[in-house]
Amino acid sequence: MEPDKLLVTIVGIFGIGFVYWFFLHKKDEEAVTVNSGQVDIAVKGGYSPGVISIPKDKQTILNFIRRDESSCLEEVVIPEFKIRKYLPLNKSTSIVVKPKKSGTFEISCGMNMFHGKIMVR
Amino acid sequence: MDSRFGGNDKHSMSEVKKTFPIKGMHCASCVRVTERALKKTPGVLDAVVNLATAKATVKYDADNCTPSQLVDSIAKTGYTLELEEKSEEVQSEEKQKELKALRNKVTVSLIIGALIFWGGFPGLMNYAPELLKNFWLQMILASIVQFWPGLTFYKATIPALKNRLANMDTLVAIGTTAAYIYSVAVTVFPQLIQGLGVEPMPYFDVATIVIGLILLGRYFEAKAKMGTSEAIKKLIGLQAKTARVLRDGKEMDISINEVVIGDVIRVRPGEKIPVDGIINDGESSVDESMITGESMPVDKAKGDSVVGSTINKSGTFTYKATKVGSETMLFQIIKLVQEAQGSKAPIQRVADLISSYFVPIVIMLAIATFVVWYVFGPNPAFLFALLNTVAVLIIACPCAMGLATPTAIMVGTGIGAAHGILIKDAESLETAHKVNTIIFDKTGTLTQGKPEVTDVILIPPWREKNPSGKREDPSFASLSQDDILRLAASIEKGSEHSLAESIVKAAEDKRLNLSKAEKFKAIAGHGVEGEVDNKQIYFGNRRLMDREKIEIQKQVGDDIERLENEGKTVMLLAVGQALGSSSLSLGVEDLSSGRMANEKQAELVGLIAVSDTVKNSAKAGVGAIRRLGIEAVMITGDNQRTAKAIADQVGIKRVLAQVLPDQKEAEVRKIQKEGKIVAMVGDGINDAPALAAADVGIAMGTGTDIAIEAADITLINKDLLSVSQTIKLSQKTMRTIKMNLFWAFGYNVILIPVAMGVLYPFSGILLNPIFASMAMALSSISVVTNSLRLKAVRLT
Repeated sequence: MEPDKLLVTIVGIFGIGFVYWFFLHKKDEEAVTVNSGQVDIAVKGGYSPGVISIPKDKQTILNFIRRDESSCLEEVVIPEFKIRKYLPLNKSTSIVVKPKKSGTFEISCGMNMFHGKIMVR
Repeated sequence: MDSRFGGNDKHSMSEVKKTFPIKGMHCASCVRVTERALKKTPGVLDAVVNLATAKATVKYDADNCTPSQLVDSIAKTGYTLELEEKSEEVQSEEKQKELKALRNKVTVSLIIGALIFWGGFPGLMNYAPELLKNFWLQMILASIVQFWPGLTFYKATIPALKNRLANMDTLVAIGTTAAYIYSVAVTVFPQLIQGLGVEPMPYFDVATIVIGLILLGRYFEAKAKMGTSEAIKKLIGLQAKTARVLRDGKEMDISINEVVIGDVIRVRPGEKIPVDGIINDGESSVDESMITGESMPVDKAKGDSVVGSTINKSGTFTYKATKVGSETMLFQIIKLVQEAQGSKAPIQRVADLISSYFVPIVIMLAIATFVVWYVFGPNPAFLFALLNTVAVLIIACPCAMGLATPTAIMVGTGIGAAHGILIKDAESLETAHKVNTIIFDKTGTLTQGKPEVTDVILIPPWREKNPSGKREDPSFASLSQDDILRLAASIEKGSEHSLAESIVKAAEDKRLNLSKAEKFKAIAGHGVEGEVDNKQIYFGNRRLMDREKIEIQKQVGDDIERLENEGKTVMLLAVGQALGSSSLSLGVEDLSSGRMANEKQAELVGLIAVSDTVKNSAKAGVGAIRRLGIEAVMITGDNQRTAKAIADQVGIKRVLAQVLPDQKEAEVRKIQKEGKIVAMVGDGINDAPALAAADVGIAMGTGTDIAIEAADITLINKDLLSVSQTIKLSQKTMRTIKMNLFWAFGYNVILIPVAMGVLYPFSGILLNPIFASMAMALSSISVVTNSLRLKAVRLT
């Protein structure tokens, strides 16, 4: 094999390995514990914090602030609480939740490309 | 606004400080009133109302106070506290702004793309002005597109990469950047490219047109998506803006937000009824189609309830407001539809799983494509590798998968609401299409639920036992039909049974004087017993008579059978001497001179038949269900014969009779054990456990909170055809979702390999990245458009 082709093959294999490791092999984010009744969640290339831990049977206000123009993130969906909400750009949108059961519930964008988690303790 | 105070508080409270807009304030006294109301709300620690900004800043203990309590406190003062700005309005405004910006970007990208294409595409470039053929000018024009309209993709990609996430923007950003950088290299260092054995030809047109087409796709997709949430907008638009209230003897028009519970409101012909309430004067017919889906206006008179946002057709009436603001039925419906649209259908799980791996896998495939074409491809291998890699990145469309289910659910639930079908969540909508057995509760569902007395039969003395033709107890000798009715009504007055009301009403219609019942006892599934006028009364079904060992003569049995065969419910009246009583007083003079009788010698003296009219839509509704291939079953507490007679009238073959209210749930489970997927249709109040046990619980003819809570699907109207419409809606929605998912998966599964060039060895076919971007844009649009096609579906 010619050297340039060999080089492209090696870089390609390395690239595939890197993509796998970078996107599919990342560590689970540590949960941010919310005790104060509300939390600000920045929406930019995902959700930050991406994992929050909130108490059961207590009301928590999730303040989503979208800083990302991507149409993918313009809606937030929390199926467990039957919430699908439009997030206006650069504005805070409050969503009130009062979980009745413990567990880990999903937060996602309207097209289900970005994900976060709500852990109810 | 979002500051926190809690954390280390010694009372460990969850203190929250939030700002809420308040509507309706116009002077300093409004501030005082609202501030006081907020401060008085339990759990509120402090409240400051600002007239200039029309906002209240409230500090409260989140454990003991909810924002909705604040809303209620303010509503009582006549003002409106909004939990947030009207999201629909904000959404619409923001959307319009975003769409306008997007349209400008699309226009610029496509015009520039077309110019570059004209100046660079072989053949076409012969007719282009010399200026357009200049690579440097092409680079300047392409840079404008790459870093203005294309900036959207970078802005989404960079923060996502920081979080080790990727989405469609990532693919477009990588794809177009690769084409752009290669073209810049060709323009700036043509010798370098030539040195690689490649003709120095830029591909600025690919980068710009791909950006333009993908943004064009987004523009149409966004417009189409706005259509999927149209139902909510329509429902919100139904609300009246003002109300004409009577306060202090004066009539005044006020904003709907200022109406409080107890306000008397006047509604004239043609006007919209502002809030929910009960008519206290006047009568009219009201068009409730916007809420119930029923096209025929409904007659309303004093004492009837009216629903806000419906339209008064003919007369003028006044009514008392019983529910305002977010408590009205319209808002309950809006809330329910919004919640359903926020829920997730189980069918989406597969799409979710694929979506989470999709983009990284596509990037890996793109790298593999580059390597394979570079190593094994024909010359110029680098160009083939580059263009095919870009095509793979551009054609992959995770959006279509993400949009396939929710868009259809949004349209489906919206159509449901327009037909008076309220679906609690996407799962219920999905399950409904699998239903193969529907159990109908009889009373109030198949029938009007307003039983009427049809026959009162005085039983002649027991001839076989007493050939003389005289009653054993001579005190009953001159009982009349009216006495039978009067005694039955007197004992039933204390009963809550659905039939009791009809018997009392029949007695009252005849102006019979009812007596007070003593020692009243209801025996579930049997009837009632007690003392009336010092007589022991047993009134109920055959089971009650058996229990009390009261014999039923053959001829009476024949009468009962005849009545039951007519679909009537027959109640038997037995009278005996009250224990410890020495005289008879049935309120009839002739009866007062009887001899003492033992309680156990109670004698059957009369029958009362009650009939509940079958709904006009029952037969057609059941027929429509059967035509869908679904078995219809009727469940009732009535005996087999009565039940069978009603079932025959409506066309139901399988009958579950003599089922006590608390046994309905068990019956539902029994049928489920037969392997059936069961929907239970009831009123949502009396049969809540059965509705909950069924795979799909359908509450009918109601919009009450209790019913909505108990049921998976609530039908606001009383038309039985709505049941088949619900199933049809579910079937059509699921069909659309399946088509969408098939298309979205199929598109990617077929076109990604084509873009990789798998057809090239056999047919020489390769996919130009520009066509790839066209296909990609069309893919998302087609999914959303397919969901919108549901709007044209006829449910009737």
